[in-house]
Amino acid sequence: MSIFEYNGSALVSMVGKNCFAIASDRRLGVQLQTIATDFQRISKIHDRVFLGLSGLATDAQTLYQRLVFRHKLYQLREERDMKPETFANLVSALLYEKRELAKDFVVAGTASESLYGACESMFKEDMEPEELFETVSQALLSSVDRDCLSGWGGHVYVVTPTEVKERILKGRMD
Amino acid sequence: MKMECVFGFVGNGFAVVAADTSAVHSILVHKSNEDKIMVLDSHKLIAASGESGDRVQFTEYIQKNVALYQFRNGIPLTTAAAANFTRGELATALRKNPYFVNILLAGYDKETGPSLYYIDYIATLHKVDKGAFGYGSYFSLSMMDRHYHSGMTVEEAIDLVDKCIMEIRSRLVVAPPNFVIKIVDKDGARQYAWRESVKDAAVASA
Repeated sequence: MSIFEYNGSALVSMVGKNCFAIASDRRLGVQLQTIATDFQRISKIHDRVFLGLSGLATDAQTLYQRLVFRHKLYQLREERDMKPETFANLVSALLYEKRELAKDFVVAGTASESLYGACESMFKEDMEPEELFETVSQALLSSVDRDCLSGWGGHVYVVTPTEVKERILKGRMD
Repeated sequence: MKMECVFGFVGNGFAVVAADTSAVHSILVHKSNEDKIMVLDSHKLIAASGESGDRVQFTEYIQKNVALYQFRNGIPLTTAAAANFTRGELATALRKNPYFVNILLAGYDKETGPSLYYIDYIATLHKVDKGAFGYGSYFSLSMMDRHYHSGMTVEEAIDLVDKCIMEIRSRLVVAPPNFVIKIVDKDGARQYAWRESVKDAAVASA
């Protein structure tokens, strides 16, 4: 039993034309048992930075709290928000990993293999926000339906220069 | 750890939690009237299941720290704050000397009403309408999925609790015989009832 498969999760993010989308499933499980169907995996750090954390839920919560703490301290000192690239550097430093700046899409979670396939086939460059939302949603739902540890709906954020649209997806509830 | 049954849910202006009352060591039942639901403060209950030493030590530690906050600051912690504090303590200890305690934290706040928090032993925190731990959860969660709706009255809620206890008693091979039910609402946290099917034998007088 891997700690990455203990709670179950699915995350996908895509880049569009002057916008991006980030989506997650909503299941919180303990191995085979489902505990909740409204678990939030994506958090807003600030207007231009959204963070999705997959894997062990307790570690995702701890990491999120530590990152928010570091960002708030940064805001107090610099009197401005962190740039996305800077925040990515902070996350990768905390994880001891080299980050990769993806130009198309990023996936994570127990459904990641399905997500890779779905994104690879559905992704197009420079999609407008509405088409991006459709693509991300279809990729997420079709992938989590093949993974017993993730699903129970979806949570999609589409971010453009002017607004953030948050939408809940109704998927297979099983 | 999985043999202890704890479950609870939120109703109309209250939250109810129930826990079995068996203290077990391997195949031996030490006592069958062990209260596993601690009154954290006037409007909070902490129902804990897990290793008995950790259970008592950890919940008492949380209780004393919650009381200390109230002494220092003159106002009590909200349920959400108490839940996050509890999670923080479990998370800090997790990779050094973990506490094997699962917790359902029920509380009532004047501003936000009743709430229930699910906190498992590896410090996963989630606010829920209904929650359960242990082998009993396979039965109580399903019963709650079937019969629970938001805004239940106390009578409906106790009826559902009894349905869950009946299910656990009849379907779980290592079913605990006795349960305690506690409730928290605007008037405070208090014991509601016991459900006993086995009483401790009376001690012979000297």
